[in-house]
Amino acid sequence: MSKEETSTLNPSSRQTVKFYQTGTFTVGNRLLDEEFRTVQATTERSNSLDSGHRACQGCGQALGARYALDAAMRATDNKIIAANATGCLEVFTTPYPETAWSIPWVHSLFGNVAAVASGIAAALKSKGDSTTRVIAQGGDGGTTDIGFGCLSGMFDRNDDVLYICYDNGGYMNTGVQRSSATPAAARTATTMPVGDNPGSSFNTGKYLPTIAMAHEIPYVATASVHDLHDLERKVEKAMTFRGARYIHINVPCPLGWGSQPAFTIKLSRMGVECGLVPLFEAENGQLTDSTKIRYRIPVEEYLKLQRRFAHVLKPHNTHQLDAIRAIAENNIKRFNLL
Amino acid sequence: MTVQHKPFAITLDVGSSHLNKTGSWRSMRPVYVDRLPPCNKTCPSGEDIQGWLSLAEEEDYEGAWRLLTRDNPFPAIMGRVCYHPCEGACNRGSLDLPVGINSVERFIGEQGLINNWQFEAAEDSGKKVMIIGAGPAGLSAAYHLRRFGHAVTIYEAAEKPGGMLRYGIPKYRLPREKLNAEIYRVENMGVEITLNHKIEDINTARKAGGFDAVLICVGAQKSNMLTFEGDADIPVLDALTVLRDTELEKPNQLIGRVVVYGGGNSAMDVARTAVRLGAQDVKVVSREDPDNMTAHKFEIIETMEEGSEVINLRTIKSVNGHEISLEIMKISEQHHSGQLRVVGTGEFETLEADVLVLAIGQNVDPVLFENSAAIELQEHTIKVDSIMQTTQDGIFAAGDAAPSQRSVTSALGHGKKSARAINAWLAGKVYQPAPQNEIASFDKMEPWYYSDAPRTVQPHLDAVRRKSGFAEVVGDLEPDHAKYEARRCMSCGNCFECDNCYGICPDNAIRKLGQGRGYEFKYDYCKGCGMCDTECPCGAINMIPEDI
Repeated sequence: MSKEETSTLNPSSRQTVKFYQTGTFTVGNRLLDEEFRTVQATTERSNSLDSGHRACQGCGQALGARYALDAAMRATDNKIIAANATGCLEVFTTPYPETAWSIPWVHSLFGNVAAVASGIAAALKSKGDSTTRVIAQGGDGGTTDIGFGCLSGMFDRNDDVLYICYDNGGYMNTGVQRSSATPAAARTATTMPVGDNPGSSFNTGKYLPTIAMAHEIPYVATASVHDLHDLERKVEKAMTFRGARYIHINVPCPLGWGSQPAFTIKLSRMGVECGLVPLFEAENGQLTDSTKIRYRIPVEEYLKLQRRFAHVLKPHNTHQLDAIRAIAENNIKRFNLL
Repeated sequence: MTVQHKPFAITLDVGSSHLNKTGSWRSMRPVYVDRLPPCNKTCPSGEDIQGWLSLAEEEDYEGAWRLLTRDNPFPAIMGRVCYHPCEGACNRGSLDLPVGINSVERFIGEQGLINNWQFEAAEDSGKKVMIIGAGPAGLSAAYHLRRFGHAVTIYEAAEKPGGMLRYGIPKYRLPREKLNAEIYRVENMGVEITLNHKIEDINTARKAGGFDAVLICVGAQKSNMLTFEGDADIPVLDALTVLRDTELEKPNQLIGRVVVYGGGNSAMDVARTAVRLGAQDVKVVSREDPDNMTAHKFEIIETMEEGSEVINLRTIKSVNGHEISLEIMKISEQHHSGQLRVVGTGEFETLEADVLVLAIGQNVDPVLFENSAAIELQEHTIKVDSIMQTTQDGIFAAGDAAPSQRSVTSALGHGKKSARAINAWLAGKVYQPAPQNEIASFDKMEPWYYSDAPRTVQPHLDAVRRKSGFAEVVGDLEPDHAKYEARRCMSCGNCFECDNCYGICPDNAIRKLGQGRGYEFKYDYCKGCGMCDTECPCGAINMIPEDI
């Protein structure tokens, strides 16, 4: 499928007139034409991040990274260089001297991956190579906290880099500390469930997708690992633009969230279906589309599968539950999710 | 290793993470399993419903027809008259509405007739089997026995083959050209059907014809009758005779005000037939309340749509002249403690009628076995063991004559089972049914992945047009609708190659073997997280503990 056709596959029209049993909700589907199946459904996928890495059982980030980079590899005819911030993704893939990456890949410092990627893009430009594309990637800590300055600069200069943030809501490999992307009320090692407002404080933190939109860069999107067609479409669409692009992928973390490894996809799906994880796209600062909730569920269904929110569901903390419900409600209105 | 040729501070060669066999982390191991879908489990004919739906999804209608007819030789018939218990068990019913299996079966049966697909008999085994009765059980057994290569002769007392399919099921539910075409296809396999031939003495006939084995499929032909108090001046008929006479186009007796007594499907058949034959006023009197009538809901609804009245909780006490006296019944409040569920109130009302038809069940006619003392009867049916053999060696019984659910579908299933048992018996063995897999229950599935898809409604003839003749009430599905309906199948318990496991493994620990060949786990790298099991839409993966 050409990029143009991909980008016209509007999420709201995914379930079109024809009926294919599981439609485009599963990874593949024997009834769909091959061109409409995902990259992950093919045996030719790059496996950019391959077996033997040391991520925990059921790691959402390992999955998100393979999804995103394999899609980018197909979109660019395998011409990708990736720069990777320090964080889980770097630690579990490249314990010296092993690597789980099968693409050109460089490790930066914790805070400067956007600058390193900008440098690679500049070098390619000076060499006259316009076909090789650059991806910068990191976790939410390296993106929203430590690397925020470099990232804002990359957006400001509109460097030709796709930045992918894998958001698991905290510094997980160092022992689950709070980041500015940790959701309100979540328990971390630094936001313990004590006091009147246990867990991470409400009305703190930052939401980078809307900050990226404020930079009016060509393309911003959010994605989640449960909806592969949507995620791949957004990555492939991002590769059709030149300039700074940003994709924010929600990746459940069994260790930090206190969830079952088998529930990673399920939680990813439930986060979206309850309204706490909005999926949308924006171009040049304008919201252009949002992925609708299929079957809306109450937020407590989502929260109760995660130990980091256990205190929220206690009877004396209903004010927290109400506040989280309000966040979901607000997302639904703000991003038009129904 | 030579350190001096490497760049500054680098001491080791770059290695692949493939050296790191993360499979050693695992305490639970995923395995692919095949579970038994509830439709297949429930089908009295033992069809691989999910299997043929899957082929129909791909528009391989001949493949679907061949797989379907492996178990049931009559898809065009059963696609009309089967009461589809499969749909009652269908897991999709927990999501929206069950798959319209019956309507797709009918569509596939129709394709078989249009394209004139035929059956093949196996090479001649040299064995001969006599079947008594060319009803659904006998024809089904004949078909399966021919597939084993045995010679089959059916003796049928009536003038045409089909049994209850012809003489019990009205034309508006089963057009005769469909019935004849599918019976002809079985005859065409080399099944000999001798009509107008009643077997009076089974053992003599067996010996005379040199038959190695016998299968009795005489059905339950004797209507239960009641005698009422009073001085009746109206004909009291039985349902079977009425339906048979209608088929044979004998003079119509259903004239004027017709009362049918009974709450089963036969009662509905008689009422609907009476309406079509021009009866003025048709009433069905049922002892039970609407929820506990044995007739199927849709039959009752269609009967009422056509203008018949259903009177519940009444029993007939007496008939005097044209006046039927009904006792008003009620549901006993103590029925849980062993009392009858429905009891009389002692209050009565009357009903005027010109004809009374009794539709209160049938049984095996014991007269048929007067010359066959070794064949024992038990509770109005032929006594059989677990492989359907009667108390006489080499003589088997199937269908309504043997203990059964008394439906056409179970008769077909009996035909298959008895054919297998006879096949084993002829080889000096005892038939052993294959063990069944664990049931694929809805809780083992992840229904989120299935597209929203409302059930297709089959076209129905308008009620006014139904009353004026015996035209078929329910219509065919259009090809597109049949494909759509087949695709509503969720493939419960059996992989349908959606690639979910292959796609969502964070460790790339699943190998895709190509279309039709499925997948395999790379246990060297599988960490046992269980995501593939949780996210398998159809529940075809199971997690089992590792031996540690």
